[in-house]
Amino acid sequence: MANNVYLPEPMRIVRRYDLIDDVRFFQVRPLEMERALQLNYLPGQFMMVSLAGVGEAPFSISSTPSRPGLLEFGIRKVGIITEELFKLKENEVIGVRGPFGNGFPIDKFEKKDLIIVVGGLGAVPLRSLLLYTLDNRDRFGRIFFLYGARRPAEMLFRREFMELKSREDLHSMLTVDKDDTGRWTEQVGLVTALFKNLKDIDPQNTYATVCGPPVMYKFVIDEIIKLGIPKHQILMTLERRMHCGVGKCGHCVIGSIYTCMDGPVFSYWDVMHMKDLI
Amino acid sequence: MKVLKLKKHNLNDYLDSLRVWGEVYGPVKQGEKYIYGQLDDLSKLDTKMLRTILPVKKFLMPPKFNTFTFDENKYKAELENIPNRIVFGVHPCEIHGLLILDKFFLERFPDPFYGERRRKTAILGLSCVPDDKCFAKSTNTHYVESGFDLAFNDLDNYYLVWVGSSLGDDLVRIRLDLFEEDIKEKDLKHYMEWRNWRDSQYKLNVNLTAMPDIMELNYSSPVWDELGDKCLSCGACSMVCPTCPCYNMSDQIRPSQFTGKRERTWDSCMFKQFALVAGGHNFREARSQRVRLWYTHKLKAFITEFGKAACIGCGRCIDTCPVDINVKTVVKALKGGK
Repeated sequence: MANNVYLPEPMRIVRRYDLIDDVRFFQVRPLEMERALQLNYLPGQFMMVSLAGVGEAPFSISSTPSRPGLLEFGIRKVGIITEELFKLKENEVIGVRGPFGNGFPIDKFEKKDLIIVVGGLGAVPLRSLLLYTLDNRDRFGRIFFLYGARRPAEMLFRREFMELKSREDLHSMLTVDKDDTGRWTEQVGLVTALFKNLKDIDPQNTYATVCGPPVMYKFVIDEIIKLGIPKHQILMTLERRMHCGVGKCGHCVIGSIYTCMDGPVFSYWDVMHMKDLI
Repeated sequence: MKVLKLKKHNLNDYLDSLRVWGEVYGPVKQGEKYIYGQLDDLSKLDTKMLRTILPVKKFLMPPKFNTFTFDENKYKAELENIPNRIVFGVHPCEIHGLLILDKFFLERFPDPFYGERRRKTAILGLSCVPDDKCFAKSTNTHYVESGFDLAFNDLDNYYLVWVGSSLGDDLVRIRLDLFEEDIKEKDLKHYMEWRNWRDSQYKLNVNLTAMPDIMELNYSSPVWDELGDKCLSCGACSMVCPTCPCYNMSDQIRPSQFTGKRERTWDSCMFKQFALVAGGHNFREARSQRVRLWYTHKLKAFITEFGKAACIGCGRCIDTCPVDINVKTVVKALKGGK
């Protein structure tokens, strides 16, 4: 059997550190350098991470394919597999297979303005998109990055995003619901409050992408709709239970679609006309 | 397609000869019901029985099997020790079920575990006469043109045998002496008479036309709550349904040897934990949502994806559900009947 879609590929943990209290950053790489450089994927896709004896679970890719060689994940300790994953150190080997899912329709974003809206852990998949667009800056119009976290200590990739603020080709806005440090230099308030800073939006030529906790979607989408952006140009990435990644095991089924193959990126139109999506 | 004749009294002799190619299975009685069992003793073969408890999918995606063995981090796919099998007595509707599973497992992202078993399992079809739970005529799955290796059509004292694949031809050649090649006009007449008679025997009609629209309109219908109140979440409907493919994965380890296996077991979207994710959120907490998903997937989603419903009219759900939730009663309820 030439290509077994279920076969995990051994990958080495190159680096790991805590992004926030319960979310850890993992850089992994296929054992052979040559193979590592061949890895290809799209922002918004995910991989199945396998721990022999424990099981498999899906994780969004946080790195960008424009920087080949390493795969990056931001993983929250929340279940059996992630608890075991958190016990692993650099140089230990895990199983990884993928990429799976549709990913963001990057080609459609060409020459368009892009509004990237993030809440909490949603930074993991959308960081991939942000870095990809910055690495290919000439292909896209204006880029707006809006990220809301509950507290400064809960903002993922905080230092990286703070450094990006100095770029003139990126409109980056970071906000926290509450500043409990007294040293927060950015905005305070909900991510929806940042929309008032978006000026001269040409809705037909703008795509918006959203990822965050379920409670965030409704309010953020209301703001995007107010800007006049068409429903099919509003994209979000969703979560479901997945065991296979290839539309077989059935756990991620929603009506007529498999989140793992037809998603996890869906448009607001998809969400409106396919029931149960969110 | 090549068509041959086999005298009925030669059937057991023929099946016995097929052991040179693989293990021979067929319908045998178990308690009050029937199963596809191994035919060590051919006198136990029942050619008149109508439905086995589990469909033929159990050979292609067994209820529990090992996908990989592993040590530390080296995984090895378990694809080598799959035996050659011959399953005799598979009815036309079930062969349609296999065609649906073939599309599902072999088209987008081919599944090697299904594919390898499918390749090593010879399907020997057998015609049948419907009872009051069969509605294969409604689903247009009461005849087959593909999906089998040989298909036996029961005509009084002989079988008309369709050869449906290269493997089927090889299986015929194992005992060419038992088959006759001269199909006469009277055989054709005989077949047509039988066919017309059999068509007239379908008592149950379940019209699935327009089900996608009807499911859509019924999304918020109280019918789902009523069905959810009745449903026991036992999952038996998924186990017996020839087109239910869902499965779960779990790793089993032997800590003393640092080895283990990754097992695949049947799962059902009727089970409460089916859509439960780490962190505790359940995307389908209510039974009514789960019953709705099961029927939406069969009668709407498959039509969207593959152009036809994933129901073959075999009647297993009618025969099995302890609280009378099945394609017949659900379609009727959705269409506003009592």
